[in-house]
Amino acid sequence: MNTVFNIHGGIHPAEEKHLSNPGIVVDAGLPPSLVLPLSQHIGKPSSLCVKPGDYVLGGQLLAEADGMVSVALHAPTSGTVIAIEPRPVPHPSALDNLCLEIACDGEDRWIECTGCEDWRAETPESLISRISGAGIAGMGGAGFPTAVKLMARERLPLKTLIINGTECEPYITADDTLMQVDAEGIIEGAQILAHILDVEQILLAVEDNKPAALAAMKAAAEAAGGGCEVVTFPTKYPSGGEKQLIEILTGQQVPAGGLPADLGIVCQNPGTAVAARDAVCIGKPLTDRIVTLTGRALMRPGNYRARLGTPIEYLLTIAGFDPSQNRRLIHGGPMMGFALESAAVPIIKTTNCILVPTEQELPTPPDAQACIRCGLCAEACPASLLPQQLYWYARAKDQEQLERHHLGDCIECGACSWVCPSHIPLVQYYRAAKGMIRESKAEKIRSDRSRDRFEARQTRLEEEAAAREAQRAARRAAAEQKAAAGGADDPVAAAIARAKAKKESTNDGEVDL
Amino acid sequence: MLTLLQSYPLVAALIALLGLGLGFGAVLGYASVRFKTEGNPLVDQINQLLPQTQCGQCGHPGCKPYATAIAEGGAINKCPPGGQETIDALADLLDIEPQTLDAEHGEEKEPNVAYIREDECIGCTKCIQACPVDAILGAAKLMHTVIADECTGCDLCVEPCPVDCIDMLPRKGGIEHWRWELPEPNHNKNDIIATDREAA
Repeated sequence: MNTVFNIHGGIHPAEEKHLSNPGIVVDAGLPPSLVLPLSQHIGKPSSLCVKPGDYVLGGQLLAEADGMVSVALHAPTSGTVIAIEPRPVPHPSALDNLCLEIACDGEDRWIECTGCEDWRAETPESLISRISGAGIAGMGGAGFPTAVKLMARERLPLKTLIINGTECEPYITADDTLMQVDAEGIIEGAQILAHILDVEQILLAVEDNKPAALAAMKAAAEAAGGGCEVVTFPTKYPSGGEKQLIEILTGQQVPAGGLPADLGIVCQNPGTAVAARDAVCIGKPLTDRIVTLTGRALMRPGNYRARLGTPIEYLLTIAGFDPSQNRRLIHGGPMMGFALESAAVPIIKTTNCILVPTEQELPTPPDAQACIRCGLCAEACPASLLPQQLYWYARAKDQEQLERHHLGDCIECGACSWVCPSHIPLVQYYRAAKGMIRESKAEKIRSDRSRDRFEARQTRLEEEAAAREAQRAARRAAAEQKAAAGGADDPVAAAIARAKAKKESTNDGEVDL
Repeated sequence: MLTLLQSYPLVAALIALLGLGLGFGAVLGYASVRFKTEGNPLVDQINQLLPQTQCGQCGHPGCKPYATAIAEGGAINKCPPGGQETIDALADLLDIEPQTLDAEHGEEKEPNVAYIREDECIGCTKCIQACPVDAILGAAKLMHTVIADECTGCDLCVEPCPVDCIDMLPRKGGIEHWRWELPEPNHNKNDIIATDREAA
C-alpha cells in the first residue's frame, strides 16, 4: 500500500525526541523494593492471591484477573511481599490506591517459564489465554486488556492488524527504541496477534521522523517473508491516535461511538506485540517495560528498561536528576500526560515516559484569557469537532448539547489547547465534562434501579397487607358462622374456643411482622 | 334538495361546516377515549428527576409522593439529596424560577452508603423493615448486612437500630470515583481583556 491519507487538523509541536537517544536501551537495574498497584489497566483491579510475608519468585502470579475486563499481575523479581496497603499511584487524582510492595532479595530468581513450541499449531483460544494469563494490557498509554481486544474476532470479521509505532507525542521514544532494538520481536508478535485475529494484512505504521526505526522494521519485515507491510507517513501530531491512524492508513473513519473492529481493524502497540510474543514463545509474563526518561532537568536522559513497580525517584536518580532545574514531573508526554505530585510513585504497565522539563523548556501556562472565537481550535482538532462550542457547553454544564456535539469523540490530544492564543485549558474542560456526563449517567441508572426496588417493595407491602386483611375476614366469618350454628352450646366450651382463636390471631400477628 | 342548495349557497356552506364539525368532533371524541393518558404524566416526569433515595427528608413518604405534591403545586426545594441540580432541573421542567434549597429539610451532602458493623449486630430486623429499597439482608437473630450497590444512603435504617451499629460512609471516596474538575472560572480575571485587567 503506497497511498496514505491525511487527517483533519493536527499540529507540529517541537519534537525533542533526540534528547533521549532513541535506539539505546539502558538497564535500570533492581531497586531495593518494588511497589505494584493492583490497578494498572482499564477495568477492575486484579484480585490478590498472595499475602504479606509470602516469598515470591520472579514471574509468579501475585494477583489474578477479576472478571472479563481485568488483567493478572506478576512478580517482576524474587523477594518478600512486605506490605499490601494503599499507596500513592501514578494517577492524575494523586490519590492512594491499593498496592503490593515487594522487598527484592537481589537474587532475581525466576519460576520456570514455558512457552509453546510452535504457535502456528495452537488454537486462537489457547493463545488468548496465554496472553491474558501473562497480564498484558495495552502498553501505548491507555492500558486496555489486550486479551479483551483480541476477542473482537468472535463478534466481527477482521481483516487488518495495525501495529501502531507512530509515537507522535513529543519527547517520547520508547516505541522508537523498541522498534530499533527488537524489530524481529515486534514482527513475530504481530504475526502471533494476526494468527489469533485471523487477519491477512499486517500494517506496521511508523511516522517519517523515525528513519532508524523505519529501516529496522523494513529489514525485519523482509526477513520474515511476506505478510507484513511497513507504512510510513508524514509526521504530524496526533497521527498516533487509534482512529486518526486508521484514517491515515485506510482513508476510512471509525464511526462515532464505534470501535476500529467495526471496520475490521485492530490496533496494537509495538510493546504489546513484543509482550505477546514473550508470553506465547517463552511464557514470560509482562513484568518490565521500556520507559523514556527525558527532559532537560536530567543529566542522562534516555530509554531505560525498568521492572514494573520501580519507584520513579529511583529511576530519576539513575538518570541524573537535577531538582534545582525542575518544577514539574510529568507522567506521559507533554501533550497528553499528567503532572505527578511526588516522585515516590512506581512505574506501571502504561508508563511510557517520565518527563522532567526545566521551566524554560515547558513554562507554566499563563492565565487563561477570554475566548476570542478565532476558530484555531476547530482547525486543529483531529476529530473534526468544534472545541469552542464544547468549551461553552462544558462551562454551562449543558450535557445535552455536549453530547450533541460529540464530546465522546474527543481524544483529549490537546491540539486545541496548544493552538489557543488565549491559553484556555480546553482539554481540562472536556475531561471534566466527560466525567460529569459519565457520573450523571451512572446516577441515572442507580436512581432508576432504586425507583424500581422502592415500587416493588410498595407493591409487596400492599399485597401482604391485603392478604392479612383477607385472612382476618375469613376467620371472623368462620367464627360468626360457628356462633350462629351452635348458639346453644356449652358456654365454657365457647369461651375456650374464643381464647384459642384469640391466641391464634396474636400468633399470626407476630408472624406477619 | 340539490336545487335548494344551489339557490342558497349560504345554507350549503352552513351544512358543509356543520358536517365537518360533527365528523372531526366524533374523531376527537373517540381518540380522547381510546388514547386516554393513564395517570398523571407530569408526576412521572418529575419523579424521573428526583434522586430516588426514598429518604423522606421532604416530609413525604418517598419520591413518588413528593413528585405528586410538586405536580399539585408544592414547593420544589425540599429535596436535600438532589440538591441544587435537581431544583434547577425541576424549575426548568415546570418553567418556574429556580429556588435555593429549603434548609428546614436538611443540607445537600455527598451521597452516603450504610455499613453495618457486623460483629455488633444483634439481628433485630428493625433496619430491614425500615429500608425503603430492600437493600438490607438478614434474618431474625442473625447478622444483617447492606447490599452497598442498592443502598440509597437515605439514613432511615440508622435511627431504628437499637445498638447503633450502622455507619453512614461516603459512597464516592476512592480513586475510581475521582473525576477531573472544571478549571477554576475566575470571571474577573478570565473574561476581560488584558489591558482592562491592568486598569481595574
